[in-house]
Amino acid sequence: MSKNILLYSAILIFGLVAPFVFPAFKVQLSILCVLIVLATTWNIQGGEMGYNTFGNILFYGLGMYLCASVQVGMFFPLAEWTESGGEKTFVHTPAQFFQGMAVGLVVAAVVPTIVAGLIGYAILGLRGHYFAICTLGLGVAAGEISGGIEIIGAGQGFTTPPFPEVGGLEARGEFFYFLSFGALILTFVAVRAIYSTRFRLILNAIRDNEDKAEAMGIETMKYKIIGWMVSAFFCGLAGGIMGGLVGYIDSTDVAFDGREMGVFMVLMAILGGKGTLWGPVIGATVFHIFKEGFWTFFLGWQYVALGVLIVVIVIYFPEGIMGWLREKYPEKFGEVIDEKDRKAQVELK
Amino acid sequence: MDFMVFQYPMITVQACLDGLLLGILFALIAYGMALQWGVMNIINIAQGDLVILGGYIAYFMYLYGIHPAWGVIVSPIIMYFIGVGIYKLVINKVVDRDLFISILATFGISILFMQLMNFAFGADVVLANSGYGTTMLFDNNVTLPNSKIFSAVISIVFAIGLVIYMKKSKLGRAIRATAQNSRAAKILGVDTEKVYAATFGINAALCGVAGALISITFTIHPYMGLPYTIRSFMIVIVAGLGNLPGVAMSGMGLGVFEEFADYILGTEFRIGAVFLLLVLILVYRRFKLSRKREYLK
Repeated sequence: MSKNILLYSAILIFGLVAPFVFPAFKVQLSILCVLIVLATTWNIQGGEMGYNTFGNILFYGLGMYLCASVQVGMFFPLAEWTESGGEKTFVHTPAQFFQGMAVGLVVAAVVPTIVAGLIGYAILGLRGHYFAICTLGLGVAAGEISGGIEIIGAGQGFTTPPFPEVGGLEARGEFFYFLSFGALILTFVAVRAIYSTRFRLILNAIRDNEDKAEAMGIETMKYKIIGWMVSAFFCGLAGGIMGGLVGYIDSTDVAFDGREMGVFMVLMAILGGKGTLWGPVIGATVFHIFKEGFWTFFLGWQYVALGVLIVVIVIYFPEGIMGWLREKYPEKFGEVIDEKDRKAQVELK
Repeated sequence: MDFMVFQYPMITVQACLDGLLLGILFALIAYGMALQWGVMNIINIAQGDLVILGGYIAYFMYLYGIHPAWGVIVSPIIMYFIGVGIYKLVINKVVDRDLFISILATFGISILFMQLMNFAFGADVVLANSGYGTTMLFDNNVTLPNSKIFSAVISIVFAIGLVIYMKKSKLGRAIRATAQNSRAAKILGVDTEKVYAATFGINAALCGVAGALISITFTIHPYMGLPYTIRSFMIVIVAGLGNLPGVAMSGMGLGVFEEFADYILGTEFRIGAVFLLLVLILVYRRFKLSRKREYLK
């Protein structure tokens, strides 16, 4: 136990001092926090529940649009804002900005949760690949439709309110870093708490055999919807923060970006190891470092590299880093393997 | 919202005819999807990108002065080998695994293809001009490009040809046997690995034909692949595996739906309408199936 406390406090301290030690990487670290949040929430579906979704991007994009719309709409007419497209006809005072951001983040987290609850009953009844394709369609449809709605900027995009001029040059980066780090801590603590309850066992039962779980008297649909709502809550929050961080929202390239973020979250969770608490965190970190390397050194070829990466990870590395570690050092995971058994298995292989 | 399409009968006729001709093309792509799904139990997200790649082959023939209609012959031949290559590199490792693995792996292939095509051919929307002219119907109220009629006829010819091939030839019989029970087929001496490769190749070849026809009748663009995948997936789940008339009918139905959605909602919502329809169909199907399940209560 003391080892855990040491580890957590080390991470916490690193998180708190990182923006001051590595000021150049503030934006990258903020994005990393958002990615970890997304991977962790995807893992609730894909890893614990066995429902491989491409649709969590829906909540992410929804949160992004909602946060920005609320932030603008609280003080200025929204239609005129999007029409002026980024020109500074309306300027938020610092108080307005932070007030709007706070309310916007709450809305960005709550509304996707409600949406998830509403559509959950219809969508989560699907199984396996039907669910995967359905959620893929949902994400793309949301992107296409939001790209046609005038009031949130349609095809030309939506500029989020610029950061007010307070606290010097570094203030913007630090504000968004601590916001996303806070979201990360919140997500991790919440998910860890959830995973230590009976709820996780129920989700795992659904993953392993849904019909049997139902026969044992578990109301699977209820728990599936609750799981999805938890995911939606944190996805929406992450989306709201990311919208402010990027500063510009486009329907298909930033918000409902199924081709990038929607696949990234799946990939990160699989790379780290599905169905573990730490897997998505490690996966997201490794993936982000890899990705930034690709984006820097193979500019223009990044999607090619991404495509190859997906194929390679999925085919050759489906267990992920945690799965690999678990196989290599089972004792560390509290698994006791009989030496005879192990030898017999090695011989079988 | 614009309901002009219902107020003028000629526009309705135009939309229906356009939709039907378009739908036949969709049905051809969906036939390939149904084939590989039925035989190998994989869902190929890269289907649409294979279509677009086939279209670029015809477009390049057009650029070099060959009539793009010959693409209908050349494109499937090239695409067959590309399909077999993809199978040997990636698909054969995911065939007997979880379906989600195949979805994700082909998603990766799709992204890869999209970007490679973007590099190779540029991000412009292109079309191969066939120069077939148009047919006017009903006192010049309904215009029908001859290329659309040509593409529909060619699609039907290829579909019928493939059905006959599947029924009569040795490979066709082997494919059908593998689809029914791959293990038993293996025991009886069918080289399932080869059958799988051929199936994927035939699927890619069908995509090549459809792509060549699309490049003649419509436009192609490197990023336009995913909607074709979704359409073919939708057609297959509506029709069911191995139900060829059903595939043709639901393909044409989808074409007509799209044309009407285009007129009523506006072009910017066309793709969105397709994807929403997919979600609605799946949800409808889920409720229908769950009702069937509930009789135990």
